[in-house]
Parts: sequence; structure tokens; C-alpha cells
Amino acid sequence: MSSVSSDDVAIVGIGMHEFGRHPGVSGMEQGAIAVRRACVDAGVSWQDIQFAFGGSAAAGAPDTMVSQLGLTGLQFINVANGCATGGSALISAYNMIKAGAYDLGIAVGFDKHERGAFRVNTKSSGLGDWYGASGMALTTQFFGMKINRYMQENNISHSTLAKVSEKAFHNGSLNPMAWRRKPLSEAEVLESAMLSYPLTQYMFCSPGEGGVALILCRADQAHKYSDKPIFLRSAVVRSRRFGSFEVLAPSLSIEHNAGPTVDASQAAFEAAGLGPEDIDVAQLQDTESGAEIMHMAENGFCEHGEQEHMLQMGETQIGGRLPINTDGGCLANGEPIGASGLRQVYENVLQLRGDAGARQVPNDPKVAYTHVYGAPGISGVTILSR
Amino acid sequence: MQVPVTEGVFTWPSDEPRLIGSKCLECGNHMFPVQSGCPRCTAANTEQVELSRRGTLWTWTIQGFPPKAPPYMGNTDPATFEAFGVGYVELPGEVKVETRLTVADPEQLNIGMEMEMVIVPLTTDDDGNEVVTFAFAPVEGSQS
Repeated sequence: MSSVSSDDVAIVGIGMHEFGRHPGVSGMEQGAIAVRRACVDAGVSWQDIQFAFGGSAAAGAPDTMVSQLGLTGLQFINVANGCATGGSALISAYNMIKAGAYDLGIAVGFDKHERGAFRVNTKSSGLGDWYGASGMALTTQFFGMKINRYMQENNISHSTLAKVSEKAFHNGSLNPMAWRRKPLSEAEVLESAMLSYPLTQYMFCSPGEGGVALILCRADQAHKYSDKPIFLRSAVVRSRRFGSFEVLAPSLSIEHNAGPTVDASQAAFEAAGLGPEDIDVAQLQDTESGAEIMHMAENGFCEHGEQEHMLQMGETQIGGRLPINTDGGCLANGEPIGASGLRQVYENVLQLRGDAGARQVPNDPKVAYTHVYGAPGISGVTILSR
Repeated sequence: MQVPVTEGVFTWPSDEPRLIGSKCLECGNHMFPVQSGCPRCTAANTEQVELSRRGTLWTWTIQGFPPKAPPYMGNTDPATFEAFGVGYVELPGEVKVETRLTVADPEQLNIGMEMEMVIVPLTTDDDGNEVVTFAFAPVEGSQS
């Protein structure tokens, strides 16, 4: 970045606990391990951290992790925002530094979920008990219904749905931190069990376990901690507006609105002074393969329908025109809710540092993009640059 | 006897059951289920209305695995579980409602086809009552 101003924010340390299933290791322990690894990466100790934002949906109140990390008296605030919890922790930390309140802080997320599809608590989601009792409170149904209509309107093929998963598991096979590291062919994806038409078993990510921590600081102090600081050019979270089509909705309006991803994306590009053409690598929410396809267009990277050609031509593979979900995404990493959005940023920091190993995007990527989406209709976007 | 899965979501007992929603008295927006505030115009001035029994299929999927119980009240035994359709039915000029479908075959479901509300059995409660909920069924002869 040519000029660094005092209210710019840099990421100077990243830490991750392997995603997957870890019997005997609590979700919070995985978060604490991620924090320690981030401190090592930044060359700081836990005592140096001035504030923290933490998120976890199912593995305990994050601020209690100070009893493992050290009781330093820091400001620690818990964040809960569905699938956008990680992104929300990050935006909170980002703005805390931008506001000038602190110089160095951390965003941490972790989780540990039971097996199978997410069990929706209808009450805490503001829904009647009848909704779950009748068999409709499943996030998987929303994904099936949204992509089913989208495929018909935009001529997306079942083959293209499967190619998203094939790419994800290939990228996961190159990522030692990923949960699912076995490549799967398009045919294997298509032939797996049909869970929620048109989506098969291997087109869905699974709730899982893991932890990620990111250390942020004032950009003008970044070189104290890192030879390769990565700058947060923007971080935006948006909720839905009237007329959008969202998960866990007993009804939708007749009017149509594009949804929170479009709003968050446009706001993030505007704040960064950049456009989709400037992005060298992107991590887009891929809770299932249809989501990645729709989010490509919603985030401005193509027109609706162009994904068919892009996926079939391999344009979103690691060596392609716009590499997407280079670490295997949610499909290969699973979705520990609190950590998932931070995993995307972790991956982009590795890519921009040139430290992504076997899955490094070629040609020296300079600008990277993350997007998370979650219930009941929220999206978080970050744009990072070197 | 038959008992509804909940009160206040659909009219029951009834020969022509209807979903119960709200209409905004300021902007005319329809909502389902009943709510007091309008997400369209932010007014808090709504009245309860019965929604149309007929509409068109806006999108759909098929629930291919047993939902978790709780919250699900229906059959979750993997050996006997039967897949069921779920979709949004657009009630003309009102709202799109999420609903179970009586059909679970991709070959028989088409976006745009005409649908009508019916009441279907969900489970049997401890007192031997049949618990019923709402669903939408294709209107005979409709192929979008």
C-alpha cells in the first residue's frame, strides 16, 4: 500500500487449528490453540493483546477462554451473528482500531458441532415451534430451493453444480489444515445420495470443528510485527432488505430484492475504492455448491448464468482467471460457525503473503476478497491487499 | 380425532382450510404467519387475514433425509422415513408461503404449476390424536 494512514488496519498474525473432527479436544481449546499460533506468527505474547472479539455458536462463551490464555484484564467482547459470526468479529476488531481506541487486538472464532445438518432452534430464530415440527426448519432446504429456481432461470447444469465440489475437494487435498482431503470426481459427486434436490451429499458442507485467530493492528505499526503485513481495505456486514430470499423464512414477499450479499459487496468495493476486476483471489461462502455459483454473481464477479461457462472451463480453479475457494472452502473444510468466516481471511492472508504452498495462486496475487452468508439473511465481505 | 400442529397458523377444522396471515393497513403488504409490524414499510398497524388457498409453485426441493427431532415431529426412522417435498407457493398479490408439498417426485414438480392448500397428517400424539399440518398439492391437470 503506497500511503499508510493512522486509521488503516493491518493483519499481522494468523493462527488456525486444523478443521475437521477432533475427539477429546473442546472447541474452545481449538480456539485457544489458534490464538497461540497467531501470537507466534505476529511475534507477540498474549499480554500484548489489548482487546479481543470472539465468536462461537456451539462451543461456549469465547471470553471464558482467557482462563486458558491468561487473565490479563483485556477487553473481550463476544460476537454472535449466525454463519457471519467470524466476519462480524473481524469487522468489530477492524473498527475498534480504525476508531483509534486500541493499537493491537485479535479476532478469534471456534466451534464444535454435532454430526449431521444443523439443528435449528426455532425459538431463538424468532420462528414458531410449528415451523420446525412440520419439517421446514432446515437450512439445507433453502439451499436446494434457491439453487433449483436459479438453475432453471439461468441455465446452470447439474454437471456445473458437481464441478464446484470437485474443485473444492481437489483444493482441499492440497491443504494440510482441511478436513476433507480426498479428491472426488464430478461423477462421484453426482452419484452420492440426493439430500435436498438438486443437491447431493458431496455438494453440501458439514458442520464441523476448528478455530482461527487473526491479529490486527494499526497499519502504521504493522512492520513492527510482520515483514508481510496484509491490509484490510474494507470490512462490511449487511442484513437483508425487504424482498430478498433468505434461509429459514416461512414466507417471502411478492416483491424481489437482490439480497444482503449484493449490498455488502457493493459497499465493500466502494469503501476500498476497488472493483471486482481488481480481485486476484476470492473466498466465497460455499455451504453447498449452489451457493458458490450464486455468490459469484451476487458478489459482482460475473453476470447471472456466466458461471456455467466459467466452471466448465475451469476459470475458478487455482490456476484460472479468478481462483475461488482455494483452501477447499466450506465444502472441504466443514463449517465450524464461529471460525468459518475467519478461515477465509486466513487463507487470503496466506495467498497474499505467497505462503499458500501447493495451492498458491500464481502470478503474485495482490488483492483478495472474502464473503460469508448466514441466517437469517446476513452477509459479510472483506477486501484485503498487500 | 385430528388436532392442528399449532393454533393460529391455519383455519381448522374447516372444509376449505386457509393460512392465517397479516395485512399491513398502511401499505397493503401481506405477511405469513401473523405479525404485528410490517417489514416493508415499518408500520406497526396490521390486521389478521385469511390467505388465498390457491397459488403457483415458485420453487421447490425434496427433503431426502429425516430432519432432526426435535424440532421435527414427523417420522425420523431412517428405515421408514419417506422423502417429502418442500416449496414456496406464490399466492397471487399476497405473499409466497413456505410449505410442505404432497408430491416428492422431481418429475411431477414444475415451477409455475398450480397448487392448492390441503391438510396432511404429520404424526400421532401421546393421546392417540392425529396431528395435522398444512401442505400444498398440485391442482389436477396442472403442468405449469
